[in-house]
Amino acid sequence: MVAPSLKLQDLIEEIRGAKTQAQEREVIQKECAHIRASFREGDPLHRHRQLAKLLYVHMLGYPAHFGQMECLKLIASPRFTDKRVGYLGAMLLLDERQDAHLLITNSIKNDLSQGIQPVQGLALCTLSTMGSAEMCQDLATEVEKLLLQPSPYVRKKAILTAVHIIRKVPELSNIFLPSCAQLLHERHHGVLLGTITLITELCERSPAALRHFRKVVPQLVQKLRTLVTTGYSTEHSISGVSDPFLQVQILRLLRILGRNHEESSEAMNDLLAQVATNTDTSRNAGSAVLFETVLTIMDIPSAAGLRVLAINILGRFLLHSDKNIRYVALMSLLRLVQSDHNAVQRHRPTVVDCLQETDASLSRRALELSLALVNSSNVRAMTRELQAFLESCPPDLRADCASGILLAAERFAPTKRWHMDTILHVLTTAGTYVRDDAVANLTQLIAGAQELHAYSVRRLYSALAEDISQQPLVQVAAWCIGEYGDLLLEGNCEDIEPLQVEEEEVLALLERVLQSHMSLPATRGYALTALMKLSTRLRGDNNRIRQVVSIYGSCLDVELQQRAVEYNALFRKYDHMRAAILEKMPLVERGGPQVDEEAKESKAAAKLSEAAPVPAEPQASKLLDLLDLLDGPSEDAQHPPPLDPSPGGALVQLLDLPYAPPPPAPIPSLKVFEREGVQLNLSFIRPPGTPALLLITVTVTNSSGGDVTHFICQAAVPKSFQLQLQAPTGDTVPAQGGLPITQLFRILNPNKTPLRLKLRLTYNHFGQPVQEIFEVNNLPVETWQ
Amino acid sequence: MIQAILVFNNHGKPRLVRFYQHFPEEIQQQIVRETFHLVLKRDDNICNFLEGGSLIGGSDYKLIYRHYATLYFVFCVDSSESELGILDLIQVFVETLDKCFENVCELDLIFHMDKVHYILQEVVMGGMVLETNMNEIVAQIEAQNRLEKSEVRQVL
Repeated sequence: MVAPSLKLQDLIEEIRGAKTQAQEREVIQKECAHIRASFREGDPLHRHRQLAKLLYVHMLGYPAHFGQMECLKLIASPRFTDKRVGYLGAMLLLDERQDAHLLITNSIKNDLSQGIQPVQGLALCTLSTMGSAEMCQDLATEVEKLLLQPSPYVRKKAILTAVHIIRKVPELSNIFLPSCAQLLHERHHGVLLGTITLITELCERSPAALRHFRKVVPQLVQKLRTLVTTGYSTEHSISGVSDPFLQVQILRLLRILGRNHEESSEAMNDLLAQVATNTDTSRNAGSAVLFETVLTIMDIPSAAGLRVLAINILGRFLLHSDKNIRYVALMSLLRLVQSDHNAVQRHRPTVVDCLQETDASLSRRALELSLALVNSSNVRAMTRELQAFLESCPPDLRADCASGILLAAERFAPTKRWHMDTILHVLTTAGTYVRDDAVANLTQLIAGAQELHAYSVRRLYSALAEDISQQPLVQVAAWCIGEYGDLLLEGNCEDIEPLQVEEEEVLALLERVLQSHMSLPATRGYALTALMKLSTRLRGDNNRIRQVVSIYGSCLDVELQQRAVEYNALFRKYDHMRAAILEKMPLVERGGPQVDEEAKESKAAAKLSEAAPVPAEPQASKLLDLLDLLDGPSEDAQHPPPLDPSPGGALVQLLDLPYAPPPPAPIPSLKVFEREGVQLNLSFIRPPGTPALLLITVTVTNSSGGDVTHFICQAAVPKSFQLQLQAPTGDTVPAQGGLPITQLFRILNPNKTPLRLKLRLTYNHFGQPVQEIFEVNNLPVETWQ
Repeated sequence: MIQAILVFNNHGKPRLVRFYQHFPEEIQQQIVRETFHLVLKRDDNICNFLEGGSLIGGSDYKLIYRHYATLYFVFCVDSSESELGILDLIQVFVETLDKCFENVCELDLIFHMDKVHYILQEVVMGGMVLETNMNEIVAQIEAQNRLEKSEVRQVL
């Protein structure tokens, strides 16, 4: 016989007596052990007490799953005391994910049909809280029977349970729809409240139900009118307003029924006007009703005068002393700003004042609303306000404010210069909070507006000279100085005071950026490239720049080191190309694909340092012959455009250059052609990250006594493939095993169809032109599977 | 819809935890802690509405709370509920507790957690507002208590 177990209160006393977390854990674990033992013994008398204790420790965060089966036993007991705790336990411990939850379905069914009212109440409560779709299916008819029972207590619970059932199993809506009409005649407010909720749920889910319930609009209007005009009724009033909860629910339902429906909204117009003008808003309850009224007026096709009244009510609330009311006013205006923009605009000054709120929730709402109110006519004024806000606002709002200003500027900028100024201001004020694409956007903006170049570079230079800590600003400034350094040094610009800048100052500034510990690696990259570009823009000699570049050749940062080495190579080996490579960017179109200009240039340098560039001639006409030989000649085997030094032309090809050598995959290579000592080998690689991609390296070797010259290889593949040919390393293979030509083919095979490849070779050998066309056989299966 | 109702004291100790949507236990505890931290930061003279934490459903959900002496009553609701209405609802709930416990204080909630649940069940059910008439609620609770007492007498 187990010692008499603790009462719940005693356990709680003990737990509160514990001085430390560890002590509390000990007490609870000891008690849980007792509880477990008691459950095992199956003591029916004290089971409810044990479960109550278990639920208490569960609330504190301790495991209680071993009580789940006990809930079932308690629910099945005939005693109300047991059922009460059992159902509570089911709601707190059981849920759809455990199979056990289905076991209470039967008990619920019994309790619903035969239990006394409190028991029926418990069962309904449980079903509406944790009832799964299966349970709802099984019990829907039982619940429906209870809808029209005499007792309002049970009915109101049954109605809300019906709402839950419909949410879980929408198809069951039809069972509950018929009773609604009758339920609406109820006088009991609890039943009415539930009924309105049920009808709302039905209307939201089904257009047919919506049409059906439009009939009851007059009835609802009447009910609301009664509530509003009844005046003080002790039963249901909250601060002098008659059952504001019911009023709000009715208003919400009226909104749904009246939306896009002239007739219904006309029926409500008078009443809405009455509520809007007569509700006492000195207390919260009245304000709640009034807000709901305003939202309803705005959402249905109501008279213009009424709408103006509604928005003015909101405007008044913006000035209310109660913060909660101001909050809800801001939220409501935010909801309406899209549909009734002009009306809300009238309250713009008040909204902007709300930016000064000390309450973070309020100022956030005010910010959202202010940003939504920006349009082309007020953009200058609003941006000034928002910029002032940006300087003083709390940190968590900065990012949103900054990106909001930038977005508004992009949409409504009256002039490009204003736009640039705005972005510059945001970058200097809140540089660390802007999104990553702000830098790209600004550089694109500047690059695309030729008239801004001189102005931008001057302003950015001044800003940078003051502060090199805000990374986005530094990046844009560095880029700008690099691109337009010559304009900076010219000294004349109509829009700002003349600024005399010496070359040495500019270089010194960029070096400072490079060396500063505040600069991110990306920023350093910008600065280094800018220095490099200046080598062609400045008139002095480039010793200083060359020094810096060579120092960074041994920088620990791999990216910087690579750039520095490449730039060094530009100075030393390819000086004749340097000017062309570092030419100014062509004007970029807005809205084009974001291209990383830095990557372009470093890739240009990379390409040059890897191999001697050789132009390949496009031979599009001869291609057709080749393609005719395969199924579906419509896809193109691209030929790389001639490699001229201008960055624009080389762009297409360079971006396709595989930056890193693909990891080796063990596909056997294939010798596909041999003639008089000239051999063609194919080796295959399938990069692991891209299953549809196949890289083929063609290698041409020459073991004969005569040179191979003017070598060109063309290829064709079936229609479903995409083929790209990279530029070959050359067109000559010297005799006797001279340096081979290699060429890379990229083949995309998204459908994983078997690969077929046809090659056409033309070259000169032993003074004779040679042409060979053949299909490659025996392609390994791994190339396309 | 009301997603959760949480009552905790000024130190974050939970006094009532009721979820109307399923969350696993660890998440429930996390939500209680996160909500407490969010609410604790608020001064007493700012508005009673908070955007919900990340755990409890994101941007559609708000925390509406009231601070009574040593207890925070927090309702987590979605956008379909009237914010000011919920404020009144919290008041109704607290006043009902006051009637049922006769000048309710934190200790009452601590030692009668189960009773608080039963009272709450008469106000909010399945995440929806069930009854706001305090007299009805109190009458119902008293009837149920009498029922329990009579059963206890039977056993003895």
